[in-house]
Amino acid sequence: MIALSNNVYVIGAGETKYGELWDKSLRNLAVEAGLKAIENAGIYSKDINAIYGANGLAGTINEQENIGALIADFSGLSNEGIPSIRVEASTASGAAALREAYLSIKSGEYDVVVVGGVEKMTDIHGSDIIEKMSSILDREWEAFYGATPAAMAAIIARKYMHDFNVEKEALAMVPVNDHLNASKNPDAQYHNKLTLKQAMDATPVAEPLNLMDCSPVSDGAAAVVLASEDFMKRNKKEGIKIIGSAIAQDYLSVGSRDSIYTLKSTHLAAEKAFRRANIKRDDISFVELHDSFSIYALLELEDLGFVEKGKAKELVYDEIKTNGRIPVNPSGGLKAKGDPYGAVGIGQVVEAYLQLNERAGERQIKNAKYALLHNMAGTGTSSVIHILEGY
Amino acid sequence: MTELSRIWRETEYRYNLIGYKCKNCNRTYFPPRDICPYCHRESIGKMEKFKLSGNGEIMSYSIVHESSSAFKRQVPYVMALIKLNEGPVITAQVVDCDPDDVEIGKKVHMAFRKIREDGKNGIIEYGYKFRIN
Repeated sequence: MIALSNNVYVIGAGETKYGELWDKSLRNLAVEAGLKAIENAGIYSKDINAIYGANGLAGTINEQENIGALIADFSGLSNEGIPSIRVEASTASGAAALREAYLSIKSGEYDVVVVGGVEKMTDIHGSDIIEKMSSILDREWEAFYGATPAAMAAIIARKYMHDFNVEKEALAMVPVNDHLNASKNPDAQYHNKLTLKQAMDATPVAEPLNLMDCSPVSDGAAAVVLASEDFMKRNKKEGIKIIGSAIAQDYLSVGSRDSIYTLKSTHLAAEKAFRRANIKRDDISFVELHDSFSIYALLELEDLGFVEKGKAKELVYDEIKTNGRIPVNPSGGLKAKGDPYGAVGIGQVVEAYLQLNERAGERQIKNAKYALLHNMAGTGTSSVIHILEGY
Repeated sequence: MTELSRIWRETEYRYNLIGYKCKNCNRTYFPPRDICPYCHRESIGKMEKFKLSGNGEIMSYSIVHESSSAFKRQVPYVMALIKLNEGPVITAQVVDCDPDDVEIGKKVHMAFRKIREDGKNGIIEYGYKFRIN
């Protein structure tokens, strides 16, 4: 037998369109994305060793738990008894599931694993969604008193702007960039471009943040197929290699942290992921950031190590564009591609898969070789980072 | 509707602003926690209830316009992080003022207030908010 590495590859990817998809249910979305990924990978049900499904809020929004069984059943995989479990890490569920699947292959237990993420957020009335979304905070000591995810991001934003003398305009450049990129992404929720003035003048949500600083409520699903090197060689397949994978945690409440504008989980996960990938920040061709609120994109660029704390304003005007030094969110990001909680982290892999295979169409990053994907839970409670290498 | 016990078991802390102090390192915490994140097993059995003064200053804040349904009648309201004099940072509303009067660094003190109602038939929930000095 030939000695093979235990490297893990992405050999197929697919996603639904993101948006307010009134004609599609939770299970419709999960199955659509899963089938696209499986077809794209060119594998069959007999090849699949396990399924990892990511979802954030189905229990509270859709009153449906037992998501692993739901996905396997309606993907037509119940007769084979293929193991299927849900992974939950709030809005970082997607990348957390990806990492569990990656580890399951790395360990030698499995050869082929399907990882999917799904969220169906428009199934309850719009007036109830903020309460459900606020369950990602500390319910008893933050949300109980009226805190929302937007309010906590806004509190962080105000302190950051105050201490580092950052103007609101720097934050507004994040959705402007996201919308420009999403206008070239057929799967994105929004295709309209956004002017800086529109981004600045939108309705306030939680001051200093307005509607354009906040990701929308989205439905959507994404899925990828991971495979071992052994399976790739035997079946003559090519894939995108996962060269770094890391996760780290922080306090649940923002107030418990030493610095409210330092995403410690992001910093720690980035250090680990870069060490494992053995590449430098300058090698990264583009990043997909978890910018559920504009302020987080600035903090993430800093805590990922691309720029010093307080200096992200130097990057957001030009350097984050698709032709800049560190392109951010070629997919359109959470603001414009959309933010279906559990699907986000897997959708980022779909974007990386397209980009690294030079199949991203109009939004293709030139010579894309290394992608950094950053998926974050809540206000920074968990960060999951993956670094992928094209071939 | 929420069962009464869920609210009842937190009332001591919410009504009186009682946190915990680690008798191993003397750090104070709010909300209550059983383990000190600095002392780990050394803190087991050494976490004691500690009454906070309720005095502090505004670390940062937001004026909230879009809220969950329980707070719809209160918008716009001020949600803040308050750094208490004893050290802990607490998430709470700042009330009895024009939102424009709120500033980072302003001194505040605790006030006992109604927080929310659990629908039309549930109980009324109380706790702390803060007022500018």
